[in-house]
Amino acid sequence: MTSLEMIARAARGATFDAGLTPQDIDGLIIGPQVGETPQHAPAALAEYLGLQPRFADIVDLGGACGPGMVWRAAAAIAAGMADTVLCVLGNARDPERLPRSPNRNPIREFDVPYGASGANQAYAMVAQAHMAEFGTTPEQLAQVPVKQRQNAMLNPNAVFHGKEITVDDVLSSPMVMSPLHLLEVVMPCGGGAAVVVTSSDRAHDTPHDPVYLLGAGEMVTHRALSQAPRLTTSPLAPAIEQAYRMAAVRTDELDLLSIYDCYSIVVAETVEDAGVCAKGEGGPWIEQADFSITSDLPINPHGGQLSTGQSDLAGGMGHVVEAVLQLRGDAIGRQIDDPELALVTGNGATLSEEVALILGNSPS
Amino acid sequence: MTDTQSSSTITKSESIQRPRLVTTPLTEPFWDRANEGELLIQHCSNCGHRQHYPRNICTSCWADEPMWMSASGNGVVWTFTLVEKPGHPAWADEVPYVIALVELEEGPRMMTRIVDCPPETVAVGMPVSLAPMWDNQLNQMLLSFAPAVSE
Repeated sequence: MTSLEMIARAARGATFDAGLTPQDIDGLIIGPQVGETPQHAPAALAEYLGLQPRFADIVDLGGACGPGMVWRAAAAIAAGMADTVLCVLGNARDPERLPRSPNRNPIREFDVPYGASGANQAYAMVAQAHMAEFGTTPEQLAQVPVKQRQNAMLNPNAVFHGKEITVDDVLSSPMVMSPLHLLEVVMPCGGGAAVVVTSSDRAHDTPHDPVYLLGAGEMVTHRALSQAPRLTTSPLAPAIEQAYRMAAVRTDELDLLSIYDCYSIVVAETVEDAGVCAKGEGGPWIEQADFSITSDLPINPHGGQLSTGQSDLAGGMGHVVEAVLQLRGDAIGRQIDDPELALVTGNGATLSEEVALILGNSPS
Repeated sequence: MTDTQSSSTITKSESIQRPRLVTTPLTEPFWDRANEGELLIQHCSNCGHRQHYPRNICTSCWADEPMWMSASGNGVVWTFTLVEKPGHPAWADEVPYVIALVELEEGPRMMTRIVDCPPETVAVGMPVSLAPMWDNQLNQMLLSFAPAVSE
């Protein structure tokens, strides 16, 4: 039996014992999936169980995982991030093979044998679906890296600072995976990013004006793209909606979009899912949109990861850092004019693990 | 024995081995029947839900041990891409090839390969039917699809 199967049994036992059904579970906390699923473990398990939790986490505290999960579940519920959280641990132990389960997650078994692996093919399939459904064009998507690169001209910390590009440059760059060209694909690099979170009371005693977390939303739906409920609307849509509701903020009140941009198509889908434009209008909207710091709604003033490079998981934290700098008025050389509210998004796997934050420079 | 044979005929493009197909006792019937050219999916005897890939519970109601059923092998392309530079170098000798997510007429979707047609003719929504292909390296029939023959 695999760890996934063990965990499924335990999850079912606890949930049915509580008189609940799978549809009642909207939060999921698991332990490390040693060997079997090295990355994206909460999404892989949610997918296996058919869950779409709006809060998912992995607790890596060894033998303290169990109790460590319980208070985190309670904290998530108190914060309004979930109503019912499944906390589950399990590990296969096969005496005839290995004590630890080998790497045998479903993607490895049901995707990789067809020569389907890596992020490029998955996002290419998302872009293909968006083009087929809405008529989105390569020229429209090419505007994302071009306009973000213009922003990066003001950010000396961007890897591609000083290297402007045109739509023609994007469309004549090598086809990495149809329909995505090289310049629409994020470049890996080294780097790090961090923020500190504290109480608002404690924050007033620090050298900078604090930035406030006003709302948050999360949604996890799948790991393998074949298991995605949709391709042209991402789980960011409900996550952003929850964040708006929690912060009591409307789309038209936003002053900044600091949104995840591993590929051009992700920006197109995100502006739709954030309600900035109608579903399917992301392509034409981007074509006419002003991403710059003088716009009514600047997008990724630091240039986005398409310009700064993607320092692995820190690249996503870069969107939080940029929003904080802008809201504090500390974005030297690229400061937008008196921003009060920012939407920050994060995106894991292939539009699988999504988080939205509303940050503001006042507590309400 | 198979490893020894393949290493004796190794060529440069084959020098990177593909990751071995790791099955589990639960999924072995799926791959066994695939070798006969058959596509198995699961259906739930409690709620009727159909799913792929195989699991030990129904993803809709969590009932135990979903049952196997044979899929018709008919479906449509949900989305696709043309692979010219594979994510894993072990597939470099097969490019270009089309990978696709196919939505089966029974409901579940699966990752697969589209074969037996020029890549530029593949489109979202195109009807396809099962066209299994043998993979020498994996020593396994893979459940690829080809354009459906119009009736």
